[in-house]
Amino acid sequence: MLQLNAVRKTFNPGTANEVRALAGVTLALAPGSFTVVIGTNGSGKSTLQAAISGAFELDAGSISIDNTDITRWPEHRRAHLIGRVFQDPFAGTAPSLTVAENLALASKRGKWRTLAPLLRGARRGEWKNLLAQIGLGLEDRLDDPIGLLSGGQRQSITLLMATLTGPKVLLLDEHTAALDPRSAELVISLTTRLVASSSATTVMVTHSMQQAATLGDRLIAMHRGQVYLDVSGAEKQRLTETELLALFSQMRRDDRFDDDACRLVSAQYR
Amino acid sequence: MSLLIATLAIGLVFAVLALGIYMSFRVYQMPDITADGSFPLGAAITARLLRDGADPVTATLAGMAGGALAGAITGTIHVRFKVNALLSGILVMTALYSVNLRIMGASNVPINARTLFTPFEEAARASFGPETSILGRSVPSGDLGLLAASALIAGIATILMVLFLKTELGAAMRATGDNARMLRALGTSTDRMTVLGLAVSNALVALSGSLFAQMQAFADAQMGIGVIVLGLASVILGQSLIGPVRSVALAVIGAVMGAILFRLLVAIAIRLGLDANDLKLVTALVVLAAIVGPGLIKEIGRKRGTHAST
Repeated sequence: MLQLNAVRKTFNPGTANEVRALAGVTLALAPGSFTVVIGTNGSGKSTLQAAISGAFELDAGSISIDNTDITRWPEHRRAHLIGRVFQDPFAGTAPSLTVAENLALASKRGKWRTLAPLLRGARRGEWKNLLAQIGLGLEDRLDDPIGLLSGGQRQSITLLMATLTGPKVLLLDEHTAALDPRSAELVISLTTRLVASSSATTVMVTHSMQQAATLGDRLIAMHRGQVYLDVSGAEKQRLTETELLALFSQMRRDDRFDDDACRLVSAQYR
Repeated sequence: MSLLIATLAIGLVFAVLALGIYMSFRVYQMPDITADGSFPLGAAITARLLRDGADPVTATLAGMAGGALAGAITGTIHVRFKVNALLSGILVMTALYSVNLRIMGASNVPINARTLFTPFEEAARASFGPETSILGRSVPSGDLGLLAASALIAGIATILMVLFLKTELGAAMRATGDNARMLRALGTSTDRMTVLGLAVSNALVALSGSLFAQMQAFADAQMGIGVIVLGLASVILGQSLIGPVRSVALAVIGAVMGAILFRLLVAIAIRLGLDANDLKLVTALVVLAAIVGPGLIKEIGRKRGTHAST
C-alpha cells in the first residue's frame, strides 16, 4: 500500500519562478494495483513521482509504504522499496558497464556495495531468460557495454532492472515518450507482462491517451497540482481514448479561463 | 643503459600515479587537483617517518593513508557542501602545501635511512656483484634491483586496481561517474561513493609520491607541482595507445603503459636537447593538444567538407 497524505510542494517559493507543483495530494494506492497518471504540462504528475522517490523534501504532508513513514528518508534509502524507470531511455543504465554488470548492480538494490566481486554468483542463466523475453536478442549480449545498445533496448533492460528484486512500488515516468513507436510498443508490452507478474504497486505517468485508456486498473488526472479525476474499476475499463481527449481539452480550457480571470481581476484593481 | 633503467623505474612509479589519476579523471570524470598536494604529502610522511626510524613498509603505508584522507576531505567538501569539484581540490591542495612543510619541518628532507627499495638493491648486488652487463653494457646491479622492485609494486597495484573496479564497490564507483542518477535510484549514496573514490585515487597518488621520494632519496615541498597534468598526460596517452576500450582491465593497463611511455618520451626529448625547465610547459601543451586536437581536426574536416560541397 502506497499512501500520500496532503502532500504539498512549491518550487522557488517567493520568487518570480514560484511553481506550486503539488497542492495537497492525498492518495491511497492498493498493493499490486496499476495506476495510470495523466495531466497537462506542469500539472504535477512528474513531481508526484519525484516526491514518492524522494528527489526533494516535501513542504508538508507525508508518504508511507506499507504503513512505514518514508517522508524523511533520503532518495537512496527508499530505493530498496522503489523501482524506477525514467523518460530518458539512457538514464536508467550505466553506459560503460556491461549488461551483466548493470543487472548485477540492480540485483543488489539497496544493499551495501562490498568488496565481493560484482559478478561472482551472477545468475546469468536467469538473466538470459529474462532478456530473451524482450525478444531483441539481448540474451547474447550480457558482456557488452550497455552503451552500445539502442534506447529501446536500454529502456527494456531498465524495466527488468527496476523489477528484478521485487520492489513494493514501481514508478514509470513517461518511460516510452522518448522512444520510436516500435520500441515504445515493445516496452509497453514488456511493461504489461512485468507489472502483471510483479506484486508492486505501479504508478505510470504517460502522455499517451491510448496508453491511459488501455492500461492499468485506475486512472488519475492531475491538474494544477491536484487530483482532478480519479476513476477505477469498471468505470476505468469503460473509459475510451476519445473521452480522455475530451477531458484533456476541458483541463486546457480551465487553464486558459483561470489565466483570463486573473488578468481581469488584476485589471480591475489597478 | 643505466639511464634507460632509471627512466623505466621512474616510469613505473608514475604508473602508480596514473592509476590514481585514472580513478578521478576517467572513473569520476573529474580532474582532481588534490593530486598536486597528495603526491608530496605521501613523500613528506614517508620521509619524516623514515627519519624518525620507522620501517619502510609502515612509512609507505602511512603516506598512502595520508593521501586517502586528503582525497576524502576533497570529496566531502565537494559533495557535502556542494563546492565545485575543482575548487574543492584547489583548497585541499593549497592547504596541503603548509601541511607538508609542517610534516617535514623544512622544504626539503633527504632520506638517508633504508627504504622500500634497499632490500631489492642489496639482493641484486649480492647475486650479480656491483656491476653486471646487459646487452654488452655495464650496469650497476643496484639499479636492476630498483627496477625489479618498482615493477613488482606497480604490477601489484595494477592488478589490485583492476580487481577492485570489478567488485561491487568498484563497479558502483564506475556507475557513479557514469550515471549517478541511476545509482541513487538503485539505492546507493553517490556522495559516499565520490568520497571513497577520491580517497582511493589520492591514496594511489600519495603512494606514487612516497615511492618517488624513496627512489630519489629526498622529499621536497615543491615536488607536487604539475603532478595532475603529468598523470593526465599518462592516462590520455595510454588511452590513445589502447584505442576505444571495452574492458576495464585494458583501460587500466593502458594508463600504466601511458605513464611508462611518457617517461621514456621525456627522457628522449631531454637527450635530444629539450631544456628540462621547459618540461612542464611541453607536458601541458601535450595534454591540451590531446584533449582539443580530435575535436579541432573534426571541425576543420567539416569546414573543408562544406567548402567542397558549395
